[in-house]
Amino acid sequence: MDLIVFYIFAGLAVLASLGVIGQRNTMHSVMLLIVSFGALAGLYILLDAPFTAVTQIIIYAGAIMVLFLFVVMLLNAHTEADLAPALGPHAWKFGTLLSALLGLEVVCGLWRLGLTSFNNDAGTVSSVSSVRQIGTVLFTTYAFAFEVTSILILVSMVGAVVIAGRPRRDP
Amino acid sequence: MVSLNHFLVLSGILFSIGTAGVFLRRNLITILLSIEIMLNAVNVTFVAAGRYSGTVDGQIITFFVMTVAAAEAAVGLALVIALFRHRETLSPEAFTSLKW
Repeated sequence: MDLIVFYIFAGLAVLASLGVIGQRNTMHSVMLLIVSFGALAGLYILLDAPFTAVTQIIIYAGAIMVLFLFVVMLLNAHTEADLAPALGPHAWKFGTLLSALLGLEVVCGLWRLGLTSFNNDAGTVSSVSSVRQIGTVLFTTYAFAFEVTSILILVSMVGAVVIAGRPRRDP
Repeated sequence: MVSLNHFLVLSGILFSIGTAGVFLRRNLITILLSIEIMLNAVNVTFVAAGRYSGTVDGQIITFFVMTVAAAEAAVGLALVIALFRHRETLSPEAFTSLKW
């Protein structure tokens, strides 16, 4: 049963991601990426991580993708030019080959990691799925990283405003 | 229970799809979307590894990755807007002034 659910969500995520990079219309790409994120949220539920799943939906599908949609609509640039004249006829093949090789390497490496480093027993569900536990660890062990993250968000907010703001005109 | 290797293989496939997007697409926004795919692939690895080692650390690192992704998307899209304002295009071929 779990395996069937896994294959449904994993297939959905992979197909939607392939659609994202195979799509010429940027708007459709953003929509397909939201589908992919939803499927990954389903996988997080399957991994007994409901907090991460909800965060995935709210932050990724809700906030970041809306930001992307805003920019796509704002710039009104829905389609892109052909790749071939700029890079030559073999660019597609070469890029696909390179990324396929990288994927093979990553899968092989992770496979060995999964076989050796972790005991494949599932552990207790209550210890990983409770939000209380996550909050406790987040605000004790990772408290410094949490604070640094807030500074990062502040800096990126100011940076985005400065970069995208109206350029200053010299008199 | 699904084994850890299933999730790791899925994550590797998603990561290579993201790199393929960065290699193949000629649109700054789609390149940023591909980077988001890669970040999500890494998130899957973290959550799965945390689940199978019985700690919440994987989920917490995923939380931080999401925060960094949000900051990256904000700054990246601001850069895209600034670049579009200069050249009226989103193709990376147009922004090669610093290319050697």
